[in-house]
Amino acid sequence: MGKTLFDKIWDAHVVTAVDGGMEVLYIDRHFIHEVTSPQAFSGLKKRGIGVSRIDKTIATADHNVPTKNQHLPIQEELSRYQVQKLVENCEEFGVELYGLGHPYQGIVHVIGPELGITKPGMTIVCGDSHTSTHGAFGCIAFGIGTSQVEQVLATQCLLQKKPKKMRINIEGELQAGVLSKDIILYIISKLSASGGTGYFVEYAGSAIRSLSMEARMTICNMSIEMGARGGMIAPDEKTFEYVKGKEYAPKGKDFDKAVAHWKTLFSDDDAVFDQEFTFPAEDIEPMLTYGTNPGMGIKISQTIPSESGKSFQKSLNYMGFESGESMLGKPINYVFIGSCTNSRIEDLRIVADYVKGKKKADHVNVMVVPGSKQVEKQAIKEGLDKIFAAAGFDFREPGCSACLGMNEDKVPKGEYCVSTSNRNFEGRQGPGARTILASPLMAAATAIEGKIIDFRSQISQN
Amino acid sequence: MDKFTTIHSSAVPMPIEDVDTDQIIPARFLKATTRDGFGDNLFRDWRFHQDDSPKSGFVLNNPIYSGQILVAGKNFGCGSSREHAAWAIHDYGFKVVVSSFFADIFKGNALNNGILPVVVNEEFLNEIFQAIEANPNTAFNVDLEKQTFTILETGKSVSFEIDPYKKMCLINGYDDIDYLISIKDQISAFEQQQLAF
Repeated sequence: MGKTLFDKIWDAHVVTAVDGGMEVLYIDRHFIHEVTSPQAFSGLKKRGIGVSRIDKTIATADHNVPTKNQHLPIQEELSRYQVQKLVENCEEFGVELYGLGHPYQGIVHVIGPELGITKPGMTIVCGDSHTSTHGAFGCIAFGIGTSQVEQVLATQCLLQKKPKKMRINIEGELQAGVLSKDIILYIISKLSASGGTGYFVEYAGSAIRSLSMEARMTICNMSIEMGARGGMIAPDEKTFEYVKGKEYAPKGKDFDKAVAHWKTLFSDDDAVFDQEFTFPAEDIEPMLTYGTNPGMGIKISQTIPSESGKSFQKSLNYMGFESGESMLGKPINYVFIGSCTNSRIEDLRIVADYVKGKKKADHVNVMVVPGSKQVEKQAIKEGLDKIFAAAGFDFREPGCSACLGMNEDKVPKGEYCVSTSNRNFEGRQGPGARTILASPLMAAATAIEGKIIDFRSQISQN
Repeated sequence: MDKFTTIHSSAVPMPIEDVDTDQIIPARFLKATTRDGFGDNLFRDWRFHQDDSPKSGFVLNNPIYSGQILVAGKNFGCGSSREHAAWAIHDYGFKVVVSSFFADIFKGNALNNGILPVVVNEEFLNEIFQAIEANPNTAFNVDLEKQTFTILETGKSVSFEIDPYKKMCLINGYDDIDYLISIKDQISAFEQQQLAF
């Protein structure tokens, strides 16, 4: 029997098995950030041990950082302390840190790929559930808790039970105005917020293959939102081309050798998955969420469904929506473009392309937060910052920002925010905030119109 | 980690599905650099108004419910990987969480902090909710050794699954890290034959 892509990478990383089915998995790269690492470093100190492989550990500050005036000390005391603690821990343990002020600083899942740290065939972990992003390169990448961060720091290994395997195929051609964010919101709306629990997902099919690396990252990023531990896409020429020449990519003959290995990373024809789904690409439209988990999504042309049960009603009450309503025409006061889901240069280009020559509606607050210093630099080089400024968008400095509102970038109570981020949980963007997840294009159109529209009529005119 | 022994307790019911870790502990409380004190902010925005006064309708503010067992709807702990959610639950005083379904990362985090996640079927979960509704003092018994969960009033008992290794860790108060450190030589040998990139 053939092997799946997942099996090939997993099996190559098993150090040993433990009685009862758990396995010791070797970890190739470990990303750390300020929020989920301090207690892990304290654990190492308590045990009197160091970081096992500093050459496989990379740190950045992203969750808690301000997105204005990053050259000044952080105003908020607890945030400042936590970021400072990361600096101290990295110094003490010898871990490379791309902290505030460093030209490589940014959201951990943006910087890994753009620096070429993320490469096909790797096992990658981070104390952040959106680590699944790196799966776009054909990696086993998943989020872990702080106790596990400590385990990996101490031993470069994790005790894991091998998950089940699922394949999701998207076949055919995408409609105009449909982005990879819509694909993943569509998938999650079909499978629900728990449909992938216990599984590792491989995304495949012609529509997936047609996507750029950055678009693939958006898909893998949200695998956790259906409960899957991670998602992955088999590497291909686009992957190799993307990695080539990056700072930490292998060079010259080493690169050729690596590519020869990477080309073996695909699911064999006779590989067996525990579950498989196929959806036609043509069925996908621009998507929006109407509830308080990412599984509560509809196509722009649909109305909010009706379901019995307390949890569903609680969710609609929180959002102030009713079953049977359309989302079209809903007035929106906040738009957030950013997060590890949609803050890469291609996302910013899509937004800039749409808003060029237009101005935001007066009542809308629009925040554009690049995923990294490098994305910010590139956006400025291409003049996107000027397009945003002319449109009245606030182009800020890199960080996780209003995706989770750990810093001051929050959405006020009761307000709706059309957001390119990944979670519409209650209070995610600030206490009482109401999040509507959507693609960068939908976010851009909402910012210009001040309400939710079906922007497809507009783009077809262009 | 504390050793897990048999638990005999009443339970707190939370019949809500898809409870995410942002509800268990909102992101603005993740700025601490120690593991202590998270219990004060457990379910913060469901439990307190913005002026810090308690919301009377929330179950943790209802004095008739108490105990070391939290009973929740399916897909408990979904969302963020923050272990702070498990710390908050543990710090508040819960030792067991019962649901028909747990999110993977939360389940792992719970086990790494001496909290036992007990998975029961939907039907039995409803029986538990009904038993608590009929009598908030209903006592339950959780026996990790025998892997049983019992409604003491009716005597109805179900068995639950747990990975044998994690069971051993809970019973003895062992961390995974102790085990991983003990096989360091094996890990080093494995590293030698790893690909260079």
